Parts: sequence; structure tokens; C-alpha cells
Amino acid sequence: MNIAKYNFAYLDEQTKRMIRRAILKAIAVPGYQVPFASREMPMPYGWGTGGVQVTASIIGPNDVLKVIDQGADDTTNAVSIRAFFAKVAQVEVTTHTEEATIIQTRHRIPEAKLTEGQVLVYQVPIPEPLRFLEPRETETRKMHALEEYGLMHVKLYEDIAKHGRIATTYAYPVKVEGRYVMDPSPTPKFDNPKMHMSEALQLFGAGREKRIYAVPPYTEVVSLDFEDHPFEIQHFEEPCALCGATGVYLDEVILDDKGGHMFVCSDTDNCEDRREHGHRGKLAGHALEAAE
Amino acid sequence: MYVAVKGGEAAIANAHRLLADRRRGDRSVPALRLDQIIEQLGLAVDRAMGEGSLYDRELAALAIIQSRGDLIEAIFLVRAYRTTLPRFGYSKPIDTAAMKIERRVSATFKDLPGGQLLGPTFDYTHRLLDPSIAEGAAVDEAMARASADEPAPRVTDLLDHQGLIEPDVSEVQEEIGDLTREPLEFPLNRDRRLQALARGDEGFLLALGYSTQRGYGRSHPFVGEIRIGEVEVELDIPELGFAVNLGRIRVTECQMVNKFRGNAKVPPQFTRGYGLVFGQAERKAMAMSLVDRSLRAAELGEDVNHPAQDEEFVISHSDNVQSTGFVEHLKLPHYVDFQGELGLLREMRAEHDVHAPAGTLPLAARVGEGGAPGSERVAPPLPASPARGEVPGSIEDTSPAEAAE
Repeated sequence: MNIAKYNFAYLDEQTKRMIRRAILKAIAVPGYQVPFASREMPMPYGWGTGGVQVTASIIGPNDVLKVIDQGADDTTNAVSIRAFFAKVAQVEVTTHTEEATIIQTRHRIPEAKLTEGQVLVYQVPIPEPLRFLEPRETETRKMHALEEYGLMHVKLYEDIAKHGRIATTYAYPVKVEGRYVMDPSPTPKFDNPKMHMSEALQLFGAGREKRIYAVPPYTEVVSLDFEDHPFEIQHFEEPCALCGATGVYLDEVILDDKGGHMFVCSDTDNCEDRREHGHRGKLAGHALEAAE
Repeated sequence: MYVAVKGGEAAIANAHRLLADRRRGDRSVPALRLDQIIEQLGLAVDRAMGEGSLYDRELAALAIIQSRGDLIEAIFLVRAYRTTLPRFGYSKPIDTAAMKIERRVSATFKDLPGGQLLGPTFDYTHRLLDPSIAEGAAVDEAMARASADEPAPRVTDLLDHQGLIEPDVSEVQEEIGDLTREPLEFPLNRDRRLQALARGDEGFLLALGYSTQRGYGRSHPFVGEIRIGEVEVELDIPELGFAVNLGRIRVTECQMVNKFRGNAKVPPQFTRGYGLVFGQAERKAMAMSLVDRSLRAAELGEDVNHPAQDEEFVISHSDNVQSTGFVEHLKLPHYVDFQGELGLLREMRAEHDVHAPAGTLPLAARVGEGGAPGSERVAPPLPASPARGEVPGSIEDTSPAEAAE
């Protein structure tokens, strides 16, 4: 049996060209979902095939790749995707945000500010922000074309009527450059402000849904809200138990079945970096080892 | 505790090593060979080829062994390989009328040119487990047909000659689309729809086809014909200026003949539902032809009221590689988003408790001490609340955004 060899970064050059065209179009029309002929990838749909295709199309031999899932470099799927590119593209990989030229992410934006020349590639499950209001693609495309976003505002208003606030904590809809309403992917709304006027290029790939969209550097990204209910991000009252950081997104780790828990940085690289620089949270040190 | 969220390369490698061990099973039992799968699990190979959209028995057999017999996983393996293959060109349409037929049945005519041929079918077998197979009993050779090779025109062609059924291709298209190379955009033309159905999940299409029989978009079908056999595949070579025979593939074709009363423009005539699948896959081909016909409802001026008639619904959900990926992705970590929901829910609960009628215990008192972010009085884990039933307006009443994915 003759099993073919795989091209650099897995995808064949024709496919990369097709995806690059979609990416260029997406950059030219910020927030617009460009249909593309998504390929089957050697990992399952819903596990980052869109992000992987985008990364595979833009990565070169000199790139340095970082992959995070839930903000962490060491979650299994991030490990798997990083290993995939290390294998098929032989690129250098890193966990350090500032060293990376391409960062592929699921569900988070790194805490460290991204800079010019960096590309953030998001894995997107459902690219259509209107999908849960209108299940039909034929309808939602029309709504975007006509800039008909009333339904979204009604939804947010109904949230306020029902819950006293906008009850969306992640995948919080944004408006890009005053035109398209866009799904930021299921990042917590905590990360939304980082998208605004970002120095880095932000690319979004949805493999199963076959859509690519983009936010070019220095683009306006505004979270939808109302004057009397302005957009707010989550605030944590405790600092990270390991590095003592405040103003970062934290994960809750349950320690026992009696309500014991701790809060730790979701961004593991940021947390480790802070600890290396001498920052200590209340559970850093022996308490952590004991927990392990 | 904290390491519970850490996967790590070693854990993955060890898991895959265990997977390989379990796949191989007891080493004292001989390992399966590809030819055993190809020869003795031929219909599983056919399904992996059909829904994997790649006609290669050896690769399909390899995928079946590698996937431990999980056919959707095997289909996925085949697809992920197929997608890397370069395209040399597009073959000429296969001619199923010229098929080397092994099985051919029609439910609409008792006899017809070319005759009815039962072929290798489960039909009319009594479903009694056969212990002699377990004992490895010898199996008789099949009887070879005296090769009369009488032409067997398609039943639909016979009806077409009399103008009683709609013509084979109602809309002349200049170019046939390719689902695997171009973005999927609705509404689809029938060519792409048929491509999607041909690689669609057998179980999903079976259930949808069945639903049309039970009244959810009835189309009054008759099996005009099912034929299984080998057809030649030809490719036009531009440099040569003529078509070259690439070889033969086995396919199953099903043509459903359905009612249609005609309208002002079209005289009364039967309509078609079409199914064509790699290998021997009769159930799939029949289900596909039922669903193809029901998806033509709008085109034929019928009401679109039922799931099987809804193109976007059917085609968006027919691909089992996509479905299984997205359903199974739910097991990936979602704790960042869950944290957001948890925080919001605690805030709402705290507010609710403040306004709760006197005598109702506040949340924090019920589940222990609080101290979580986003709220002054909160505590994990929420569902453990022992006195939940006593609280007027339970969690369900204040569920957070369902828009979240």
C-alpha cells in the first residue's frame, strides 16, 4: 500500500491558496464571515479544525507557534495541536506569549498584550452570532447583508427584562468597525476589550461551519450594550492563589467536597512568568505541592 | 488538584499506547489481516468507502481495523486521508444502464427486460443465528450464472420512453459542483445535494426516509429499481483527446418512482428520487432516494413542512464526521466559559436571595461558606444545594443565557 507523504503543514498548496484568499477577503471586510471550502482534517470537527486550517495556511518554517486551550498551554487538545504542527511543519513551538509569531487559541485571549506582527488564530465552533436567534444560514446571511441586527438587541433587552442584566458571559457579541456583528468565539466577555484596536492580526477559523473571518490590527471592536446597561467584564474579588495576579481571568479549582476551592490564572504562561519574577499567591509553595 | 487540568504529552502518549493495546486485544489470537476484512466484512468496508467518499477497499479495511470496528471513526480516517489526495480530474458520468449486474430488483414490474436478479441479499433469509459459521463450516461455492448478458435497461428509462416519468435531468447544468472543494452554501443545487446525501450518515438518512413513510412529508414511493454491480469509470485525458478506462467500481443504485399529479405547465407524470452509493449498500441507497425526493418538495411546488423536506436542516446534519466531532467536542475543557456562567449564576442567586420571601434560607447558608468572585455571598458547588426544592423560583427559573455555546 502506498501511503502518500504529507505536504509542509499538512495541507496541499492548492488548499492553502484557497484558504489564504478567504483570509485576505476576511481581512478586507472585517467581521464578515467568508465561506471557504473547509477540508477534513486529521482531528475531529469541533476540535479546532478551522483554527488548524488557518494556522496551516499562514505558517512558515520561521514561525514560532503557541497553542492554548482555556488559556493554558498544557490542556490536552492544545498539546495535541501543538504536537501536530511540530510534526507536520517542524516549526519551533513555545509557551511564551511574547515569543510566538502565531498563537492558536480556544476560548481565551492571552493576558499579555499582543504586539504588531503577531497573529492570533481563534478556533470557532459556531461563527454566526445570530445562529441561536435564527437557525437558518440563508436567513442570517440576509440579516448581515441588510445590517439587520434588531433581533440581537431584542435578545439582549430580553435578558435584562428577565435577569436584570445581559446574561451572556462568553461569546459576547461585538460590532466590528461599525458594520458587522461578530461572534468573538466562546471567549469569556472578559477578553472582549482586548480585541479592540489590537496591534495583532486576529483570524477566526470555523472548520465544520466552513467560515473564516478576521479583525485586522487597529480595528474597532465594540461589545454590544445599552446606555443604561453598559458592557461590563467579569471581576474577581480574589487574586490568583498561585501568582497573586489581579485583573486577570481566573479558573476555579475545587479542592474538596466541602466547598473548598481556589482561584488560579487561566493563562498559565502569564501565571508562571509572574511566579518566576517572584510574585506569590496565598497557595503558592507548599500548599500547592500538598494539593498535587 | 491543580494538575487535574494538565494533560501533558506523556498522558496522551500513554492513552494512545493503551488504545493500541486494546485494539490488538489478546495477543494469542491471530491479528486481523486486511484481506480478511475485505473478504469477510465486505459490507462494513463498503460503508467506510461510501461515507468516507473514497473507493479503496484496502484503505477502508485498514481504517476498520485501526478504529476497532467503530465505523464512524473508520469513515473519519478515510476522509482525513482522502482530503489530502490531489485531484487529477473528474471522471465521465458512470453509465449504470451498462452495469455488470449482480442484483437487480424492481417493485413496480413483475418482469422486465434483463429480468429480476436476487443476487447476494439478506432478503428472505430467516434471521436465525447460524452456529455452523462459528464452527468454521465449509461454505459451498456460489452458482455461476450462464452469462446470457441480456441488456437490462433501467426501469426509469422504460417509463421515460412513454413520457410517464419526468426526464432524467430536469435542469441542465453547465458544471457539476464539488462538495469537497467548494464552500457549501444554501440553497444547493441537486448535484451537491446528492453528493452530500451519498456521503451522509446511513442511520440519519434511514430515519429521515422512514419519517416520510410515516407521514412527515409523504412522497408515495415505489422502488422502480435497485441494481447492484460493477460499472466502468472513464476519464477524459485532454492530452489524448479521448476517454480512458480507469477500471471498475461496484455501486448500488436505487431509483424511486414517486407520485406527482402535474400542474398547469407540466403534464401528470411520476417523479424521481435517486440514490447512488459505493459498494453494496442497499439500505443507504434506498434511504437516500427517499430523502432526495422529499428534498425536492420546493422544486416540485409541494409544501415544505417536515424535517425531511428541509434542505438546510437535512444537509447541515447528515454528515456523521461533522456530527460526531461537534457532539464529542463537548468533552473538551469548557471551564473558562463555565466559570463565567458560574459567576453570573451566583450573582443572580445572591440577588434572588436578597429578595426572597422571609424564612427562605439564603444560598450561602445552605451550602456552606462563600467567597467566590463576582459576588459577596456565593459558594460552590451549586447543584449540591440540599434544600433546593424549598426555594420558590428554583435555578431553572433564572437560567442564564442559552445563547451560549
